[in-house]
Amino acid sequence: MVNIRNLHFGYSRKRPLFQHLDLALERGHIYGLLGKNGAGKSTLLKNMVGLAFPDGGTCEVLGQPAARRLPAVLADLFFLPEEIHVPAVTAAKFVEQTAGFYPKFDHEALAYYLAEFEVPAQAVLPALSFGQQKKFMIAFALAANTSLLVMDEPTNGLDIPSKAQFRKLMATALTEERCLIISTHQVRDLESLIDTVVVLHGQRIVLNADLGELAERLTFATVPEASGADLYAEESVRGAQVIRPNRSGVAGRIDLELLFNALVGEAPALTSYLSQKQPTHEPVL
Amino acid sequence: MEFKDNEAIYLQIAGYVSELIMRGKWPTDSKIPSVRELAGDLQVNPNTVMRTYELLQSQEVLYNKRGIGFFVAPAAVQQVQAARRERFLSQELPEVFGTMLLLGIGLPEVQRRYEEFKNAQPQSQPLSTPA
Repeated sequence: MVNIRNLHFGYSRKRPLFQHLDLALERGHIYGLLGKNGAGKSTLLKNMVGLAFPDGGTCEVLGQPAARRLPAVLADLFFLPEEIHVPAVTAAKFVEQTAGFYPKFDHEALAYYLAEFEVPAQAVLPALSFGQQKKFMIAFALAANTSLLVMDEPTNGLDIPSKAQFRKLMATALTEERCLIISTHQVRDLESLIDTVVVLHGQRIVLNADLGELAERLTFATVPEASGADLYAEESVRGAQVIRPNRSGVAGRIDLELLFNALVGEAPALTSYLSQKQPTHEPVL
Repeated sequence: MEFKDNEAIYLQIAGYVSELIMRGKWPTDSKIPSVRELAGDLQVNPNTVMRTYELLQSQEVLYNKRGIGFFVAPAAVQQVQAARRERFLSQELPEVFGTMLLLGIGLPEVQRRYEEFKNAQPQSQPLSTPA
């Protein structure tokens, strides 16, 4: 779906944002893209959707270079930027003018999404509050029914009930044919919604892992005192929060915040543990 | 649904589904919500719910009619009880034993308190022993 190989990019030649960046994303998943402020999350998404062009390497979407912006590709991808600008028309007029660009647009689904979000279809878009505008655009983005849907910080500006609605709609929108990508720095909002976590740090992708598999390999715990065998440890009021190899054989709960802190901090033990091959089963003779 | 911090979400959902079955909310041979419906209700990734359903299918709590959906297996209640017993005996009880050793609490003390506890309970039938 998205295939990025050896990507180099920077807004200025002196300060490269990405170097030797590789990333492959498949259909049937909701990806959570995490990164610190300024790491380049939005810029990476813009490379994927053809709004920024690689300085080197390749960035392919649906089998085509994203930068070529082929109409057939653009008709099957939707990008929802963090800051949205709505034209001075009603929601219904916007749909009438814009839905035609997306051959798989699902009007029935749109009506359902708008009802769930409690956004009136007859409202004049700029007259809506920012949160309402954002919810309208999220509903439109989901209803466009494209194979690739890229959302930059979609939960920013949503109130608490709307965030819950957002998770519900995203969960029901995922199919085997669709690839949904959400960038966020609000890890807690999306922990249970994403199935694969992608971490951007230090000009490259430092993690692209299935949460279920991570849970089988890592244990997250709060203990009285950290030990030298921990892959990562962080002091807190409740004791040391640690990441350890999972030796129980039972998948636990991933603490995404702690994992993220470990990956963007100094945790060479964790990085080398994760880069090891997973223990393989008995060889088949 | 509020998720606990210490257990994988797909296992917590398995516990939730099992409870609905034990309480008779999802009766035997009834069709249960689709993966997508339950994912929406619980606001979790559908792949996570699929994992739950596959686990419960392997434990013979659910069965899958291809193209139609998942159903509650005839022996689901017994299977759920057996899994719950197994979990208590193999995981929860050793933790209690560990605490007993640490604090020097012996079996007679536990026995006495267990009898007191049992007598204070309203009359209820224990779960049937699985075959």
